[in-house]
Amino acid sequence: MIEPRVVKELEVVVGKEHVLSSPEDLIAYSYDSTFEEHKPDIVVSPANTEEVSQVMRIAYRENIPVVPRGMGSGLAAASIPYSGGMVLNLTRLNRILEIDQENMIATVEAGVVTADFQATVEAMGLFYPPDPSSIKHSTIGGNIACNAGGPRCLKYGVTSDYVLGLTAVLPSGEILKTGGKAIKNVTGLNLTQLLLGSEGTLAVITEALLRLMPKPKYTRTAMVTYTQLDDAARTVNAILLEGVVPATIELMDDTTINTIEEYLHLGLPTDAAAILIIETDGSDEQTVLREMETVARVARECGATNVRVAQTEAERNELWRGRRSVSPSLARRRPNKLGEDISVPRSAIPEAIRRIKAISAKYNLPIVVFGHAGDGNLHPNILFDKRDPDEWHRVEQVSGEIFGMAVELGGTLTGEHGVGVLKQPYLEMALGKTAIALQQGIKKVFDPKGLLNPGKKFPAA
Amino acid sequence: MAQRRRENIPHLPTEEQYLNCIRCGLCLSACPIYRETLRETDGPRAHVVLARKYAEGELDISPEFVDLMYKCLDCEACNAICPVGIRPADLAMEMRQVIHKTTPQPWLKKPIFHGYFPHPLIQELSVLPLLLYQRLGLQTLARKLGILKLLPRQLQDMEHMVPKLPARSLRQVLPEEIPPMGEEKHRVAFFLGCFQSTIFAQESEATVRVMARNGCRVFTPKQVKCCGMPAAGYGDIDLVKSLARFNIDLFLPLNPDVIVTDCATCGSTLKHYGEILKDDPEYAHKAEVFSAKVRDISEFLMSIDIRAPRGEIRARVTYHDPCHLVRAQKVRKQPRDLLKLIPGVEFVEMKESDWCCGSAGTQILTHYHNSLAVNRRKMENVRATGADIVATGCPGCQMQLTMGSNHYNVNVRVVHPIQLLEEAYRREEAQIADETSTGE
Repeated sequence: MIEPRVVKELEVVVGKEHVLSSPEDLIAYSYDSTFEEHKPDIVVSPANTEEVSQVMRIAYRENIPVVPRGMGSGLAAASIPYSGGMVLNLTRLNRILEIDQENMIATVEAGVVTADFQATVEAMGLFYPPDPSSIKHSTIGGNIACNAGGPRCLKYGVTSDYVLGLTAVLPSGEILKTGGKAIKNVTGLNLTQLLLGSEGTLAVITEALLRLMPKPKYTRTAMVTYTQLDDAARTVNAILLEGVVPATIELMDDTTINTIEEYLHLGLPTDAAAILIIETDGSDEQTVLREMETVARVARECGATNVRVAQTEAERNELWRGRRSVSPSLARRRPNKLGEDISVPRSAIPEAIRRIKAISAKYNLPIVVFGHAGDGNLHPNILFDKRDPDEWHRVEQVSGEIFGMAVELGGTLTGEHGVGVLKQPYLEMALGKTAIALQQGIKKVFDPKGLLNPGKKFPAA
Repeated sequence: MAQRRRENIPHLPTEEQYLNCIRCGLCLSACPIYRETLRETDGPRAHVVLARKYAEGELDISPEFVDLMYKCLDCEACNAICPVGIRPADLAMEMRQVIHKTTPQPWLKKPIFHGYFPHPLIQELSVLPLLLYQRLGLQTLARKLGILKLLPRQLQDMEHMVPKLPARSLRQVLPEEIPPMGEEKHRVAFFLGCFQSTIFAQESEATVRVMARNGCRVFTPKQVKCCGMPAAGYGDIDLVKSLARFNIDLFLPLNPDVIVTDCATCGSTLKHYGEILKDDPEYAHKAEVFSAKVRDISEFLMSIDIRAPRGEIRARVTYHDPCHLVRAQKVRKQPRDLLKLIPGVEFVEMKESDWCCGSAGTQILTHYHNSLAVNRRKMENVRATGADIVATGCPGCQMQLTMGSNHYNVNVRVVHPIQLLEEAYRREEAQIADETSTGE
């Protein structure tokens, strides 16, 4: 419970209508995109960095745990307020403050919706490449806090490759500014990158300086079908060795293809072992076309049974429809899904998928595998019904085995979703004690009282 | 608390309506209310979770809960975008039914929904003061003297919503049967909506004339009652059913090929009669037959061999998709094609043409600030087109857009597409008359 005098004080800072505590509000801020839930005691929605700072000052003084939240699309339960206290809702910080075309740098507030930002810069011929699947319902602040990736990472990198500087509020309420518009900058430790992917445990990100690129003018997309998983995996490296870096190489395994077909009937080849969706892009049409020709040739050389290159925008959309339909078709199959996010060296993809199939058979739970073949980031999705305690127990065992397998193959627990709380039991296996202790030490420097998103990312010290 | 049971609460949402919601949050991106308030509780995802918590007995109905369910515009954008097939807007509507059944209702609700909407004559009498206000020159006087500025902004906005009223309701004026001009090709029953009859009479007059011009014999039953949407919006499903049964009995004996309406909202409700009465042994089949015959006017006209008018309307025209047409009836292309038939019309698409205008029937009364905020986004998109005219096939949208054009200073005329079409036919007639007279 938050004392009434504290509630009043918060109301003075952000306005009465932006301090919420009705039963309905507390339920609405108790979840994210996982199946986890825990109610906060209060929800506070500041409008700018200054208000965030004042709110944090009050919370720090009163020892109230604070969980920063954007649009709640996280997949690791990193914004669930397990410790009660305050949810700091940052969606009102939604202004694009500046688009500096000369330096190709934008200054935005944390609550800007990523897709809105992309559309705004694209209208100016500019490009912000990070494209997490949640692009329409996640915020720049959340993307930074989780270092979001997306299909385009292969060529364009992840969110951290585009953040030049941050404004953040420390748990004490102090305002921290890191980085700046200078592209090269080694003045001091790189605090910008330290905050990237910190999942709201170190400071509340309120503004960001984002690097932009010129918008690629041309795109070519192909759907490539294989009867052997290894052929698909070999294709990825072979394309790169030819000197072509596609914007995306997306992989769907046979269980994914069959699940999509069963529910949506898109006409995908159900006898295929894998499908790759490969996209090349650039500012010179001939180069993009030539690169796609290379892609098609290499894919065939590697054993592809069918290569379909989209000739029109409509055809391109049609090819992507399969990939975009993955999540919906999964959800139609079972009430719950646990989307894992392991990352393995590219060469280990076929082995990883084979082992996942074995785990699926062993525990009798459907697992579909899709993901970003170009960078080895796989999304095994376990389908289940959480109301069945036995099933839920098996899900936990399956998760453990998948993580163990990923680490064994030289990979890691999560590529882009984050650790949150769901992956913490496996953290030591992936990182070792020393690395965790060091991170706990860093946390203590930022947040001596341990009030900011406590218990997330790594165990509380 | 334990799981609530359907035996006790007839309209309790069922498990399959919420269980598979993966809480991805994609619906938030499409919700006009959430995109303005930026409060999770106002969004579709919260509606699904709250309905579930209620069904599971973890949450009771509070005034706040009621307000949340009534804040929904029922624009169905969340239904359309959900990758899993959850229909959050439908859940909000069903929770209104639960609220209606389980909690005491505001005292005004009964007289409005049972006394007002089902009775055309009472509706007609109720617009009388407004009619006198307009006809006696009071409106002109009030606007000139700036007296309106003394009213709260909400009332000022509402004063600007209503177009010039017809002297008598269309229901009283329109013949019950109108023969086709030329050869008879279609037998049409016209469903005259409440708003169309008392406020937008000119439009429905145009609708009937355009149909007659295109080979339709048009029947307009005078006893027609409200389609039921207002009652459905306020959770009174029993009243909706009784209105549905009445209208079915009125229309089916006319044995029409199609039942046409020029009101998006009426159309969406009439097309649902089959679903609404599916458990009524006596009416289930009749309701299905009825619903299968229902067409929006644009949908109907583009499905027959319509003759393009030769009269010109030189204007830049944009089109706003009513929620109840584009999503509830999946009619998107036809109204645009209709407008493009008119010589001289320069058609321009607006950005987010299917984004709700904020009307949702009575939101301007019940949730003024949200309604206005949602409308701002729409009016800015209208402004960006530079259009002279914005066409839309829904009286609620028309009133809201008219209000918005005044509130946000967007210089645009708001019309029903059918009005422009009829205008073009009339200009054609005038041209022919001109030519004949000069010929003499």
